[in-house]
Amino acid sequence: MAASKAASKYIEGSTGPWEIVIGMEVHAQVSSNAKLFSGASAEFGAEPNAHVSFVDAAMPGMLPVINRFCVEQAVRTGLGLKAKINLESVFDRKNYFYPDQPSGYQISQYKYPVVGEGEVMLDLAGGETVRVGIERLHLEQDAGKSLHDQSADYSFVDLNRAGVALMEIVTRPDMRSADEAAAFLRKLRAIVRYLGTCDGNMDEGSMRADVNVSVRRPGEGLGTRCEIKNVNSMRFVSHAVEFEARRQIDILEAGGTIRQETRQFDSRAGETRSMRSKEDAHDYRYFPDPDLLPLVLDQAWVTEIERSLPELPDAKKDRFMRDYGLSPYDAGVIVAERELADYFEALAADVEPKAAANWLNNEVLGRLNRDGRTIADSPVDAGANNRILKMMAAGTISGKIAKDVLDIIWSDGGDPEEIVKARGLTQVTDTSAIEKAVEAVIAANPAKVEEVKAKPKLAGWFVGQVMKATGGKANPQAVNAILKTRLGIPEEG
Amino acid sequence: MPLPANPAELTLADARDALRARAISSVELTRTFLSAIEGARGLNAFITETPERALAMAEDADARLANGDGRPLEGVPLAIKDLFCTRGVRTTAGSRILDNFVPPYESTVTQNLWNAGAVMLGKTNLDEFAMGSSNETSFYKSAINPWRAKGSNQDLVPGGSSGGSAAAVSAHLCLAATGTDTGGSIRQPAAVTGIVGLKPTYGRCSRWGIVAFASSLDQAGPMTRTVRDAAIMLQQMASVDAKDSTSVDVPVPDYEAGIDAGVKGLRIGIPKEYRIDGAPPEINALWAKGAEWLKAQGAEIVEVSLPHTKYALPAYYIVAPAEASSNLARYDGVRYGHRASNASDIIDLYEKSRAEGFGAEVQRRVLIGTYVLSAGYYDAYYTRAQKIRTLIAQDFARAFEQCDALLTPATPGPAFAIGEKSNDPVSMYLNDVFTVTVNLAGLPGISVPAGLTADGLPLGLQIIGKAFDEATVLRTGHAIEQAAGFTARPAMWWAS
Repeated sequence: MAASKAASKYIEGSTGPWEIVIGMEVHAQVSSNAKLFSGASAEFGAEPNAHVSFVDAAMPGMLPVINRFCVEQAVRTGLGLKAKINLESVFDRKNYFYPDQPSGYQISQYKYPVVGEGEVMLDLAGGETVRVGIERLHLEQDAGKSLHDQSADYSFVDLNRAGVALMEIVTRPDMRSADEAAAFLRKLRAIVRYLGTCDGNMDEGSMRADVNVSVRRPGEGLGTRCEIKNVNSMRFVSHAVEFEARRQIDILEAGGTIRQETRQFDSRAGETRSMRSKEDAHDYRYFPDPDLLPLVLDQAWVTEIERSLPELPDAKKDRFMRDYGLSPYDAGVIVAERELADYFEALAADVEPKAAANWLNNEVLGRLNRDGRTIADSPVDAGANNRILKMMAAGTISGKIAKDVLDIIWSDGGDPEEIVKARGLTQVTDTSAIEKAVEAVIAANPAKVEEVKAKPKLAGWFVGQVMKATGGKANPQAVNAILKTRLGIPEEG
Repeated sequence: MPLPANPAELTLADARDALRARAISSVELTRTFLSAIEGARGLNAFITETPERALAMAEDADARLANGDGRPLEGVPLAIKDLFCTRGVRTTAGSRILDNFVPPYESTVTQNLWNAGAVMLGKTNLDEFAMGSSNETSFYKSAINPWRAKGSNQDLVPGGSSGGSAAAVSAHLCLAATGTDTGGSIRQPAAVTGIVGLKPTYGRCSRWGIVAFASSLDQAGPMTRTVRDAAIMLQQMASVDAKDSTSVDVPVPDYEAGIDAGVKGLRIGIPKEYRIDGAPPEINALWAKGAEWLKAQGAEIVEVSLPHTKYALPAYYIVAPAEASSNLARYDGVRYGHRASNASDIIDLYEKSRAEGFGAEVQRRVLIGTYVLSAGYYDAYYTRAQKIRTLIAQDFARAFEQCDALLTPATPGPAFAIGEKSNDPVSMYLNDVFTVTVNLAGLPGISVPAGLTADGLPLGLQIIGKAFDEATVLRTGHAIEQAAGFTARPAMWWAS
């Protein structure tokens, strides 16, 4: 079973099947008001060099002081990844010269990271579950930004981002396809967003991935890997893996060997290009930062953080399947975003959950996608949708009218019950009114009556005409029943 | 208390009392030192003199003194090693690369001093980035030792790296000065200029705003003419600081009140490994005399062993350059400091700015530091040096089970001539042989002037204490000071 699933992920080369092996290093910016070692703001989008303290600019004699909240966020993330929290960890200096790294070293964690081994579970299409091992999570500083396009003679440097806290999350080489790689990133993003430890905003660079790709013949040892730097969307991760795997397979099948190197992904061309080979790699001369004491955590504090963790996607999915009877697929879609899951719970509070899930997936998400909006800025809140669903369940309005009501509130706002009342959209369940409409339609279409008698399946045409005549307000079940009696169509058996 | 004819003769303690009694004004005292500084430019003790600021601070101090709300150092004129960042006053670290650097912030230690009412006379000369034992690596040329050997006109080094501060205190150009000590940079210049120099426990004074040399070793401390003055200075310099994670929150006792307690009943350890081959007999003779003085005052002398002492200097010359190579990476010509002209690209800018901005000794240490941290060498050098550091700390811990403080020579010899050792780095590094162990273990140590060589040059004795036990160090130092009765003074050959 497992073997056949694995086999389905193999890539066919000209000389036989290949397996892709993928590991990732994800840089996730810690959600925090201040930077990792200075009090300067970590906010995105300010004027260049507006958020730079003397520490960030590496002025002489300045010293880093750890931001306790950033540590708390890293611990929270570690707990969310079901990982071991290391009560003692060490900050090291990673030494290299670059203008956007003012001190000439990045403060990072090398031998002793704050978080150790954990895991992320992926639910793939077809019900398959894949476990991706987390090797470690450590805290480090972000660099500033060099701007090379501002002047013909000079480069400019913006240090706003210099010193902002990042979590580097390193996986085991446990992914086997482009889909798995994208699914991992999606799941990791969901987890950190649930935890509130990273906003997951890939457009602003709050989350970016270095993807390690190698290929091998099924059953063989690991091949030589290439690292694709700074891939900044789920789609690009998938494209980059596919391109890179194919590139490596082509080389190997032509009798070549893979050179270990760092590559960059050109999203426009859809290809990876060599940046530097292993031989050009820096010697970073890591050593413990003597300005900082080892980071020692109190187990009681860690336990307190653990107790305050929100329900995470996996647990929520299980609960939605159990308590709301949702299918794994529906539950998976809904828990992918915490806001969506919260929306669903408000929506499904006192209505049939499956109907709520369908309404959310088809009507609400459909409209949001159309408008390019997210659940967080939906023009209609869960409460209003809940009331629409309740009117529908009570037979006050039909499904068709329900959608109309949603459209009205979507564009103009307003209260669902008032709209239904003011516009006279209440469903007609009064059989005499429906009978009257049925009689009128039958009288106007004698030829159709004969056709239906011969072919009962055509009765739907009459239903449509009656609904039209009643402005969509007739209860469709009642229309069906009356038509069947009146036209002499036998009950379906 | 009758005032001396020349107020520059006052100790800090006496000047403080005279100021408080309004027997002298701070402006008067400040003018005295400003004119002494002007007259002693031949000593090259100062890189930057700040007379206007000094007089403005002195006027403020006099106003407070007049109101009777003088603070502990109200009106006391001090010299500040040019490694402490001073807001609005050029801070060079003795380097061309910071020749034009004016910090927009004030170091915690100097801020503490100004908060206590002290007056800044100027910024003193030092070895470039505090790397040196003679002051000769300064971009601003060496400060000169006020002392000369009997019958000689040969200029001598004032020691280093706090050589400018040592020369200024020794020549009575200020009441006291700040220094920093990474491997002996307070105690060694103090010893060879006949003054008192105290390196406190690592973490006792904040490092915030002090240009970093080797972060795990650097510590600020006072340089004064008496042990009492050192106690008074440290009292104000010390503080725990939220801006320095390595500063330690231990209460600061009243150091001055404790110095007269005497050494009766104290056990003083004599580490046998400090008896080194080739040391001048005068050094060992003075050391023995020091032990006799303490014994005569009721201390018990015990022989102790610090078996890893011989590895201290090599370990120091791995750890300190390693940290320095990283600490000095920020001087790249990009944001402040010297920037080379005509650089073709960013790498060229780095290389030229640093090649022009750093002197030979700094370059040597950056290279050593980069080397010992490199892949493949890290374990052989840096890791082993850290292990030695642990062993040295354990040596001291074991010794302190048998005694309350240690007595050692401060330096292996007196001041030497300018140029005598500047082409022989290893012999230069040996100056710190008695002092580096203390930095590696993070302990407090004081150098107290205790005698003269046959040539009439000062020598010091060192007292080493337990962590945060500066009180015992000062008390024992005071006992040595009283027994030694060191009253010798350099002839004022420099006065113009």
